[in-house]
Formats: sequence, structure tokens, C-alpha cells
Amino acid sequence: MLIKPSMLEDYARGAAFLGSGGGGDPYYSFLLAQAASEKCGDFELMPVDELPDEALVAPCGWIGAPTVSVEKLPNGKETVAGLKRLETVMGRKIDAVMPIEIGGGNGLAPLVAAAELGIPIIDADGMGRAFPESQMTILNIKGLYACPSVLTAACGATTVIETDDNHTHERIARSLSVALGGIAHMVEYPLTGAQVKTHAITGSVSAAIAIGRAVSHARKDGQDPFLALGEALEKTSQYPHCKTIFDGKICDLQRETSGGFSVGTATIKALERNSIMRVQFQNENLIALEDGKLKAVVPDIITIMDRESADTITTERLKYGQRVKVVAAAAPTMLRAQDALKFVGPRAFGLNFDFHALEELSSSEPL
Amino acid sequence: MRIGIDVGGTNTDAVLLDGRNVIGHTKQPTSDDVSSGVMNAITAILESVELDRSQISAVMIGTTHFTNALVQRQHLSKVGIMRLASPSGEALPPLTGWPVDLASKIRGQTFLLPGGYEFDGREIAPFNDGLFRAAVAKCRSIGINSFAVSSAFGPLNSAMEKQAADIIRQEHASAYVSLSHAIGRIGLIERENSTILNAALSRLGQDVIGAFQDALHAMSLKASLYISQNDGTLVSSPYAAQYPVSTIGSGPTNSMRGAAFLSGLTDAVVIDVGGTTSDIGVLSKGFPRESSIPVDIGGVRSNFRMPDVLALGIGGGSKIRLEPRGESSNSISAPHISVGPNSVGKDLISQSYLFGGNTLTTSDVAVGDVSNVPELGVATRKAILCHIQSALERGVDRLKTQSGDVPLIVVGGGGFLLEEPFKGTHQVIRPPHADVANAVGAAIAQVGAQTERIVDYDLHPRDEALNEVKADLIMQLKAAGGQADTIDIVDIEESQLSYLPGRATQLRVKAVANLIIDEGSTASLQTEVHHAY
Repeated sequence: MLIKPSMLEDYARGAAFLGSGGGGDPYYSFLLAQAASEKCGDFELMPVDELPDEALVAPCGWIGAPTVSVEKLPNGKETVAGLKRLETVMGRKIDAVMPIEIGGGNGLAPLVAAAELGIPIIDADGMGRAFPESQMTILNIKGLYACPSVLTAACGATTVIETDDNHTHERIARSLSVALGGIAHMVEYPLTGAQVKTHAITGSVSAAIAIGRAVSHARKDGQDPFLALGEALEKTSQYPHCKTIFDGKICDLQRETSGGFSVGTATIKALERNSIMRVQFQNENLIALEDGKLKAVVPDIITIMDRESADTITTERLKYGQRVKVVAAAAPTMLRAQDALKFVGPRAFGLNFDFHALEELSSSEPL
Repeated sequence: MRIGIDVGGTNTDAVLLDGRNVIGHTKQPTSDDVSSGVMNAITAILESVELDRSQISAVMIGTTHFTNALVQRQHLSKVGIMRLASPSGEALPPLTGWPVDLASKIRGQTFLLPGGYEFDGREIAPFNDGLFRAAVAKCRSIGINSFAVSSAFGPLNSAMEKQAADIIRQEHASAYVSLSHAIGRIGLIERENSTILNAALSRLGQDVIGAFQDALHAMSLKASLYISQNDGTLVSSPYAAQYPVSTIGSGPTNSMRGAAFLSGLTDAVVIDVGGTTSDIGVLSKGFPRESSIPVDIGGVRSNFRMPDVLALGIGGGSKIRLEPRGESSNSISAPHISVGPNSVGKDLISQSYLFGGNTLTTSDVAVGDVSNVPELGVATRKAILCHIQSALERGVDRLKTQSGDVPLIVVGGGGFLLEEPFKGTHQVIRPPHADVANAVGAAIAQVGAQTERIVDYDLHPRDEALNEVKADLIMQLKAAGGQADTIDIVDIEESQLSYLPGRATQLRVKAVANLIIDEGSTASLQTEVHHAY
């Protein structure tokens, strides 16, 4: 399948939804991909089953502070430089790239390298959504190694990290990104084709495009974008359940910075009935409680959207008085397994809840 | 005394203010040329009251000229675009994401040059004097007279942009120079876009503001000329000529500021019911609440300081359609009524039933039993009014910043559409002169200044940082003609930056002051809450 320039806007819209409120606004990634497509034409999206087992696949993404990333923009050479260095370190050619996380701006990050190197993007990613830290990728959960990984910055600095502990890797990479001016590009978790097939979240890139397309078509045709979003998600293999769990207006917003993260709670009051939803976030939305009752919880996706346009409102853009719908989607099955919940379940984020699947928490009422 | 003028698409409104009192007002058609409509409005005002024109100390103008130029792609200059951020940012050159027609009108030469700052104040790369001079010379040689200079983190440190401006003036004395730190906040692409738009408008800025100045001169008015900005504050005419982009969107702001003044309230929801739309906004401490999402102007993503305004397609001239049919039917229920967004606009006086036409408009229904209006059943009329009312109520509710009831100020010519009681409000205020609130807003505006920086509170205590910022704002306000003892901090916004060490915080502070020209007349506006009528 080819990703044509005309599909990039839908791709960005879908990636924003899958970000679960985090991952940053994909606008700049969208512009970068658009610029790359003007130079290099269409992008090749390769389904996982066409990928040879022995192929080398490089997951890519940006690491750093979203606020800095809107001011200190990429040079454009970071991604390719990082990939080239990884080739040197590993002594072989990289055959394809994929997003380390599909949610938010990173969902579109590998497009530039794919265009410049003329290699395909694999229809898969390492998180199935967005998470705040590198070791929350399914690739770490499955016991794969982050290293060798390569950090590159706009100034041209290149750093290779080699450690066999993925948490140490995250700490080193995080400090380096600060030293490099608050934002850097990272190639990590180099994979074989066989590893992608068994361990990555497959189909997430095409899912993002399909979701975005459904919403923009619905808006163009004057149809309900939320209905279209739900139908599109249910057609994907990875996100089979979706539900609008609340409809209301943000009546309180508390945020603070804790341990380098932006944490807080959005309180939403229902429009037509006497009911309150609290959505707690740590960069991404983590848990949604209606009148104290659990409605959705991480790793399931919880996205707050403008109730008219179905535009995703990232956590940093939440504002008092916004009229919103809270939409939840089932996370890919791999993220809901017991081994994964230790890393990305509610307790991994310090929440005193066990994981309960969205479809189990919701009544039979459709989206 | 002051004259406030609002140059709109259809009408030019003007008011004369003596202290806090509106002592004259007029509505004149807007002229095709820049100055004659303004002159006509001033003439009409001066004729309505017997007044020695030497008593007019200031004229404040809000204008749509620059918005129209961008929307219509007219009167735009080619721009020499200089970005100081390399090696960062090269992947997204200036004008990325612009509509092709506008980009091709504006693109002169683009230079990606070394420079800019990191978030912690280090230089991304040193400024290169030689390269910059060569770029200016190249632009000059091909006839480019407008320059837009943007550096990474320019709002936090403007030194490189200022150094660049000095060089442009040395190399090309007659050039117009637009600097990004004076125009926008964090977000390089959006800020640079605004800076480029400003540069493209700078020749027009000189012409239009010059024409206003000439109009005053031709009428022997010795008054100072001020222009309204989109955030509800005034700038001197030389500043407006230099930063025309800052005036875009001043219309809704002026009407909200006028509403605050005329009602004496500083915190309220304002609805401006015009002919085609109702604009709803929120006043906080006497100023419109600003939008926090990026604003598109002429198709360009930018970060202008714009009021957060909801425009509903319901006004005094909105057309009404009834389904299945029959304006005389008694059995029409609410779901079969649609109002707007189409409007008869300025043709209300020929097309509506009220004035002998045959189009059913909101005005016809609101006025009720006038002989020209086809007889609407009582129930139908009630259903229509109910439909309009609930649409307006939903709009007001959407913009409200607190969950309890709020005061609502109604301005604009179509205010009669709105009935009382009004859901979600505990008080509906219809101040005198509400139909020229926008011109009043221009007349009473204060000067403002805003500053933004990233501070690590662990290294730099909050109180100390705030004091430095305040000192900076006081300097800015004094330079803009503000009266030192009226300076008021109207907004402090702090956002913590995630993923950075320490307590790095983005601090944004805004302050206003009265203009020195007529002391005391609006000094009480910020703090005192009382009714002016």
C-alpha cells in the first residue's frame, strides 16, 4: 500500500487519537512528512506478512519535551544519520523503519527517513498507542533489547548507547536529550522481521490512517464523526472495541509537574444529566471514573475530543470550559496480557486499580 | 476628549467620549478609500456636538483593512525571510504548510542562517555577521524591502533578532523590519508565520496608518492617533504601521471591551448580536479571554493573540425557513424551524417584511405584529423565538468560564432578539450606546505589554522571576505611552514543562496601563465595578 501525500492529514488525525491524549500534537510531524513527500513522492507502507524474517527493522521516534519541540525544530538529517550509524554499529543495512509509538507526533516520525532512504515503513509500532517512557514499549515487555540505540540531534551530535538494561537505557537517553537541547531523535530496539511479526503491535499504521479518514469523511459529509470513528476502529484488528464513555464540559482542571511529567485531572460535567467524570493523566490520559465508577483504564486508550469536530485535544491543550466527548478504545490484546500489565497497567502508573477491559466495564450501549 | 472609530466592512462607527461619558455617536457607510469614511465619521461627530476640535486629544481607530488584505491577497509585499535557528529547523523551511497562492505572493528570498537559542539560553549556533549581511544585500539587489526575522526561542532572548535588525538598517536603510519576538510566543512556525504576514503587510501598514494620520491633519485635528490591537489594547500609530498584523481581529475585542466599559462590569459574558452573526466572548478582568488553540488567518497557522470568540450564524437579518411549510401555520414545532446562517445582511431595509420585502427574518419575528409581516400564529412565533433563544443560550453556555450563573452583556444592533430571562445568567445588561460598543471599545482602550520566559524556579525563585518580568513590563508600558501609576498586571500564566529537570516553567505575564493623554478618565475601569448608567 502506498501512503500518498493526500493521506497524511488523516494519518496525523488517527495518530493523535491513538495517542490517548499524549504523544504531542502531530502537526509538525505532519509538516515534515509533507515536506519529505514533496521531495520523494509517496511512502511505501509494508504489511508485516510481506516482511522477510531476516530483515532488519529500525523503530524511530523523538525523545524530549513537547514544549521545546515546537521551537527547536528538526534539522532533517537526524533520522537518516541515526539510521546510518546503527547500520555501521550492526554491520548491516536497515531494510525498513517503523514508529516506536503510533500515538501522537511520533506516529509519523519514520516517514522522513523512509522517503530519504527509499525503504518501506512497516505497518506496525512498538506501543500501539503513546506511553511516556521508552521501556513501556511492548518490545521491552517481550524481553527485547533497546540497544544498540542511537541518539542524534539537530547540531549533528550522534551518541550510541549500549547497555543491556532497558531502564538504564531510558535514563541515559532522557538525560542526553536534555543535554542536547531538550529534543533528540532516537533509533532503538533494532528488530528482525521475525521479531516484528511476533512482538510488535501490527496493523497500527494502517489503523491510524483508516481512523483519520473516517473522521474527516464524516465531517465533510455532515455525518456524525464519532459514529464514523467507532465504526473505523471496530474494523481494525487491533482496536476492536470503542465507546464514547462521556459527553460533557470541562469544569475543573488541575495540573502539576511531578518527576518530569505533566500530571493532573480533568473534571468533566455531563451536559444532560447530573454526573461527573474525572480523567486523570500523566502526559497521557490514564483512567476515567464516572461518579467514582471505573469506565476505562490504561492501557486502554482514553482520548478527550472536541464534541463537535472530533479533534483530539492533547492533555497540554485541555482547557476549562471545553465541550468534549471522552472516547475509549480497547488497547491491542498484547498490551492487556498479564505480562504487559506489569509495565503498562494501572499499577505501573501508581494507580490503585486493577485493569478491567473497556468492554467489560461498559454496558451494551454502542458508540 | 477622545474619538473612537470602528472601521467595519459595512459601517464606520464613531463615538465621542468625555471622560467616561459618551457625548456623541454616529454610523457612516465605510468608504472604498482609506480616509474619507473616517473623515466623514469625524465630521458627523463634531457636527452633532458643538465642540472646539482642539479639545480632542486622541483618536482611536479599529480597522479591518489588514484582515481584508490577507483574505483577498491584495496589497501584499514580497518578503525577505530570515530564520536564525540553523542547524535546527532546516527540515521545515519558512512558508511550509502555507496556501500556495499566498506563499507565491509573499515569498521573496528565504535564508536559513546560523543562530537562535536553546531552551536553557545557550546559543544553538553563533550569529554570523557576514552571512547575514550578504543575505540582506542579495534581497536589496532584487528589490525586496520587507524583512521578517525569526530566531529559535526569540521570545526568551531577543538579542539576535535585534542584532539582525541593526544590520538590515545599516545595509538597507529604507527597509521594513519585522522581528518575531515582538509578534508571537513560543512555537517557531506559528510565530514565524505571523512575522512573515506582518512583513508582507508593512508597506500597506505605512499607507493605511499614514492615510489616517493625513485625515486627522486635513481636519486640523491635533489629536494623537492610536490603533486597536486584537488583544484589546492600543498601540501608537507608528507602532501599528510597523506591526499591522497585531491589529487583525480587533473588531470582536473592541465590542467586548466597549461592553465592559458601558456596563461597568469586568467579568461577564458578552454577546454582540450583529446582522449576520452573534459573537460571544468572555470578559475576564475587563479583557477578552484569549484563544489557546492556533488560529488560521488567510489559511496560515499563526499564534496571534486572539480573543476566544464563538460566532453563531444568528443575527438580526438571519433568514428563517419553516418546514413543512406555511409561515401562518399554527402547528409548526421547534424541530421544523431553521434560522440562519444565511442573512439578508445590509439589505435588511429592503428584503425583510418589516421594510416591505418578502423574506422572513429574525427581526420580523422579534418585532411581531407589524402590519407588513405575514401573520404568524402565536404558537409558531413563540416556537421561533424559543429556537433562537435556546441557540443563543447554548452558545453562551459553551463559552462560560464558571459553572454558576454569570452576568450577560448584550451589545450590537440585533440585541433585541435576545429575551429575558436568559438561561445560565443571573443578570442581562443592555447598556446605553450598545449599538456602537465597538467604537467605544476603541476609544477606551489602554496600552498593553506582554512578556514570556522560561524560568527554573529551583535556581531562580518565583518571586524574583516575577519581579524581573514586572520591571520589564513597566519599561515596555512607559515606552508605549502608559501612565506609570495605572499599571496593572492583568494575567499571569505559568505552564510547567514536562521532561525537563528542575522546575522549568514557562511564565507569561501581561500588563496594561492608561494612556498619559487623558488622566483618570478610565483609571477605574480595571478595578471598580459599577454601572455607568
